[in-house]
Amino acid sequence: MTGPLLRTPLADWHSAHRGRMVDFAGWSMPVQYGSIVEEHHAARRAAALFDVSHMGRLRLDGPGAEALLDRLLTRKVVGMGPGKIRYSLVCNEQGGILDDVLVYHLQEHGGGLYYLLVVNASNREKIVAWIQSQMRPNDDVQLVDQTVSTAMIAVQGPAALRSVEPIVGADVGGLGYYTGLETTICGHAGIASRTGYTGEDGCELIVPATAAVEVWEKILAHGQEAGAAAAGLGARDTLRLEAAMPLYGHELTETIDPIAAGLDFAVNLPGRDFLGRDAIMAAKDRPDRPVRVGLVLHGRRAAREHYPVLCDSKVVGEVTSGTFSPTLEKPIAMAYVPPQCAPEGTELAVDIRGTIEPALVVKLPFYRRPS
Amino acid sequence: MTPKDLLYAETHEWVRIAEEGGRKVATVGISDFAIQQLTDLVHMVLPKVGTQLKAGQEFGEVESVKAVSSLYSPVTGEIVAVNSDLPNKLESLGSDPYVGGWMIKVAISDESSLAKLMDAAAYERQCAAEG
Repeated sequence: MTGPLLRTPLADWHSAHRGRMVDFAGWSMPVQYGSIVEEHHAARRAAALFDVSHMGRLRLDGPGAEALLDRLLTRKVVGMGPGKIRYSLVCNEQGGILDDVLVYHLQEHGGGLYYLLVVNASNREKIVAWIQSQMRPNDDVQLVDQTVSTAMIAVQGPAALRSVEPIVGADVGGLGYYTGLETTICGHAGIASRTGYTGEDGCELIVPATAAVEVWEKILAHGQEAGAAAAGLGARDTLRLEAAMPLYGHELTETIDPIAAGLDFAVNLPGRDFLGRDAIMAAKDRPDRPVRVGLVLHGRRAAREHYPVLCDSKVVGEVTSGTFSPTLEKPIAMAYVPPQCAPEGTELAVDIRGTIEPALVVKLPFYRRPS
Repeated sequence: MTPKDLLYAETHEWVRIAEEGGRKVATVGISDFAIQQLTDLVHMVLPKVGTQLKAGQEFGEVESVKAVSSLYSPVTGEIVAVNSDLPNKLESLGSDPYVGGWMIKVAISDESSLAKLMDAAAYERQCAAEG
């Protein structure tokens, strides 16, 4: 990245509250305010607030938006009712993953229907260019990048909904998982959705950039008694890793197909024609394709990204993400390995800076919230 | 916060120099600033007594939830003692970095290595710049 870092509408708040700011995909973002472990536990036990304004928010309007998205996304968009949100992948012709996204189908207050794509910060420009390159002259679609004009706040944890309910016009608790709607948030027009990236219940709010600090502080105030706390990208990473959610640039890249990534659920093949479909069909039949697995290690040394994974003393793959799990209090990692090394219970090993440590293949996710 | 009687390396180790049995011995740990920056320590690897170190050479590692960091020897010499209990009580490091938090003692064999170390004032300026 060149040039000055982009700043979210909450960047000054983060700096004023001991946020340790780092460059993340060209944005100045807080990695932590204090202890990553405490911020992690806030999400698991109470509520954690994350500034996710760096994520790209792309609005698509027009009669051709549905068909265009249905051609671009691995997930079926045609027939998605208003208020529905789906996790999907954007693939190239070779089936390689360009990004993983959420597609929202929303009804404008007193108006028509439109779509919103929430994309990774690191892929925003690529996806905008990709959508534009795939538009046909007669498509009649308007694409507006709302990333800078809005802010996005994720509130996650058992006390998350309680913390936002007083400021949201709609009944957030009544929203189904993976649904959302336009509503008022602290009196401002915004979007509330029952989504997240931590493995906890919670919601994400999109508000005008100018309202971000007010909304953030109100949620903190309403959640204070329950133990709500601001959390940075460090905790966001340990939380999503425990929940085995893939992260673009780690588990997902342009050389990984959705089947290898274990994201079959995000691919709707029957009766559809989308970019990458043929390649994904072919990948399904490849017996030797690598498999994304979860690894648990003993001791306290974490297996980190790029560390070699061994099977019978032979390198068979590498770690894509790894950390010391604050919830399980042991090292966890995800890796791609050949299918014969992937069954649960297989004893693999990781080369941790020259020391070969045993690693057990376990069922994903590592953590599932108590229901 | 930064003890005035210690010397500091650019890589955030502190050094206490003392005469022990007719030789100069350096006691080495990592600064309060370094511990604050690392946060959430989960693991530490320390070397064995008898290891020969050159100034700037890695002698161990400390791991946090976020990342692994190397520990570098500020001096040249032989390790004569290791605080082998420290890795079992990492949580104590934050409250006691300069006494109970010592990691190794090195019998200095080449005093020229000391010339590169900073006093407390210079080290505080470095920390302020690193934020």
